[in-house]
Amino acid sequence: MRRRKERGSTSVALALALFLVFMTVVTVYIIMAKIWWFPPAITDLGHEIDAQFTRTFIITGIVFVMAQIGLAYAVFRFRDRGQKATYFEGNNTMEIVWTLATVILFVGLGLYARNAWAQVHFIGASPGALPIEVTGQQFVWNFRYAGPDGKFGREKPELVSASTGNPVGLDPTDPASKDDIVSPVIAVPAGREVELILRSQDVTHSFYVRELRLKQDAVPGMEIHMHFTATVPGEYELACAELCGLGHYRMHTMLQVLSETDFEKWMKDQEAANQ
Amino acid sequence: MVTHESGGGHGHHAPPSGFIRKWVFSVDHKVIGIQYLCLAIFSVFLGMALSFLMRLHLAWPTVKFFFFKGGVMTPEQYLALMTMHGTIMVFMVLTTAPQSGFGNYFLPIQIGAADMAFPVLNMLSFWTTFVSLCVMVSAFFVAGGAPIGGWTSYPTLSALGEIAGPGQGAGETLWIVGLAIFCGASLMGALNFITTLIDLRTKGMTLGRMPLTCWTWFVTAILALLAFGVLLAACILLLLDRLAGTSFFIPGGLVVTDQVITWHKGGSPLLWQHLFWFFGHPEVYIAILPGMGVASHLLSTFSRKPVFGYRAMVGAVCGIGFLGFCVWGHHMFVSGMSPYSAFAFSILTMTIGVPSAIKTFNWLGTIWGGRITFNCAMLFALGFVSLFVTGGLSGLFLAQPSLDLYLHDAYFVVAHFHLIMGVAAIFGMFGALYFWFPKMFGRFMHEGIGKVHFWLTFIGVYAIFMPMHFLGLAGNPRRYSEMTAGPFLVALQPLHAFISVAAFVTISAQLLFLFNFLWSLKAGKEAKEENPWHATTLEWSIPSPPPFDNFGGREPVVYHGPYEFSVPGAADDFIPQHLAPELVRKA
Repeated sequence: MRRRKERGSTSVALALALFLVFMTVVTVYIIMAKIWWFPPAITDLGHEIDAQFTRTFIITGIVFVMAQIGLAYAVFRFRDRGQKATYFEGNNTMEIVWTLATVILFVGLGLYARNAWAQVHFIGASPGALPIEVTGQQFVWNFRYAGPDGKFGREKPELVSASTGNPVGLDPTDPASKDDIVSPVIAVPAGREVELILRSQDVTHSFYVRELRLKQDAVPGMEIHMHFTATVPGEYELACAELCGLGHYRMHTMLQVLSETDFEKWMKDQEAANQ
Repeated sequence: MVTHESGGGHGHHAPPSGFIRKWVFSVDHKVIGIQYLCLAIFSVFLGMALSFLMRLHLAWPTVKFFFFKGGVMTPEQYLALMTMHGTIMVFMVLTTAPQSGFGNYFLPIQIGAADMAFPVLNMLSFWTTFVSLCVMVSAFFVAGGAPIGGWTSYPTLSALGEIAGPGQGAGETLWIVGLAIFCGASLMGALNFITTLIDLRTKGMTLGRMPLTCWTWFVTAILALLAFGVLLAACILLLLDRLAGTSFFIPGGLVVTDQVITWHKGGSPLLWQHLFWFFGHPEVYIAILPGMGVASHLLSTFSRKPVFGYRAMVGAVCGIGFLGFCVWGHHMFVSGMSPYSAFAFSILTMTIGVPSAIKTFNWLGTIWGGRITFNCAMLFALGFVSLFVTGGLSGLFLAQPSLDLYLHDAYFVVAHFHLIMGVAAIFGMFGALYFWFPKMFGRFMHEGIGKVHFWLTFIGVYAIFMPMHFLGLAGNPRRYSEMTAGPFLVALQPLHAFISVAAFVTISAQLLFLFNFLWSLKAGKEAKEENPWHATTLEWSIPSPPPFDNFGGREPVVYHGPYEFSVPGAADDFIPQHLAPELVRKA
């Protein structure tokens, strides 16, 4: 057979192999050193999701390292040195083994993740949960508490007027809406379950608090329920995560997780301001 | 099997003589393929220019630049650039170059046909695509500018008109009309590809002897036929909502900037998401499948080895194509869709990782034990494998709804889809171009410049998109025109600056590519041999560039599988598909 000399093949092969190894090592290091990472979770569910993140990182990490290093090895080992390529067209046993292995690994991982998802969505909030209505509008969030009577009053679209201080359109003729509290920040008591009722007045927004490990779109025409129990008091950033127009980037407020007594006080202050 | 003379409209069109018939309104699949590639190259540079401006603004949001009105980019300008960048890249580059460009040029030749089944329809589909591009780009120049709703154009932001934001008026309408026209063009192209592949295969070109490139173009065409029809319907409904006062996507009781919307009720924004992603997920595979075919082809050719597990590869391509239609709901985990269907979509999505993994194993198996030549085409094919692995694995996070709750609409997603459907697909196309350039134009591209282009691009794309995963892990939402709203975003600003610098280097490297492309057309080393790479498929059995009717009126006969390299007992390390068994030289 004719042998063509490929000059420079060793240096290119070496460079490619080294780059792949370098890229793999740096990536794995940054992930393991957690240089850019999640903020600590503040719910039990958050910890469970973090555990599933870890499992997924381990499995994808192993596959990532094996595939990239395998590629680097093959590139260097089988570079053209004038050898003859070995002839084989495949291996059915290997095909079956790695197909089954990936089915078990990937689908198993998916099934494992079911529990966390079920806690968010298959199970509703418990009856004692504190309901808070979340309304998105371009480009602010408003949060409504039912007040002392425990009932949300009527809202009417035609009464909505952000400029006159009625951003959610409370109907003053309904006695139940008299004591409703509307706030631009959301405060919740630590350790008590909260049920959010998400709505949107105009376009789709998305409620996103990193520490809750939760994200949920607020969709026009829908009322979407979600629930969580925050356990660690503190202030957390609440961002909009669904493109909602030119001010999307600044649709931002705070989630305050307060101790039970602080929350009572906060609520009293709001009620007083509402009088 | 039907031979190619009996296919409709063949063997009777003579080479045209005038410039217009030859180069503008040509019915020759090779010219149309080149036209599509030119359109894609124009679009990819336009799309990159838009991303350049976006990255400039993201890295230094307060620095004044003379080319923005008032010195600083406004949020709506940023979102308009982002929308148009996504749209142009997905439709005008990733859908046209791999399938309509290279597929048009090489599918007929690789199966031994003289042209596509419907040459006039082929011409029509290119010019329809061209009109679509013009309509879309014109959105920049109308009052209010280009739309700001992103390439996914979710209602109600996209359905309410100007009141929802600048660019959502005339700009958004032009965008939808342009997209609808593009759907029409793609449907025409898909029909043509499917018919050509089924009817016009030459004698001996059984399905089991088709190059993997042809398999991927075939499955891609089927995906396009089934997906673009749905997008077309969705676009028409959205136009009706905007122009005719219907309410497919708009519910009642909306209040936009204190104005009550009284003339709409009863629609659902989720309907659009279902229709869009029923198209949108297969679209990902429309972009990447031809790249997979090209990578398989190049890895085999330049390792001098048969593709490892040819049948498994074909099965995986078909499996990806089928499953591609069953997973659209994984784009909607946080949309308010039923949580039970989210779980089902999640498991199906994890399943689609399996054929993708099979392909990766088989690519490694293909180069394993080979004799690898590192020319530019092969380097891009190897880069494709690396990027496909990296981009694919992050999909395993996003496919799990409980993890997607955190990562959805964050930069992690941007990293994921850019790597797998953007950059990996583009690497497939670069490989294809360096490989087929001598066949198409009779000259080689410059290897030295090509290698510099490869290295800058390969290192560059990892430097751009790997850190975006980290931004996503830190919770940085996407589609933010600046990271100034909260402290945690401000803290991520240095990483954004790093990404921008990497992007500028990578974009500059593409100018090198453009220079190489144009220079090589005129002055590249001449490809004197018909088969300079010692490849096996039919395009290498005809002159470079091929004559008007490809095979000079004769019908090639195929005797061998597509990847017979280093066959024991043969003197040469490759056996071309058309070589009669008695002519194969013994060792």
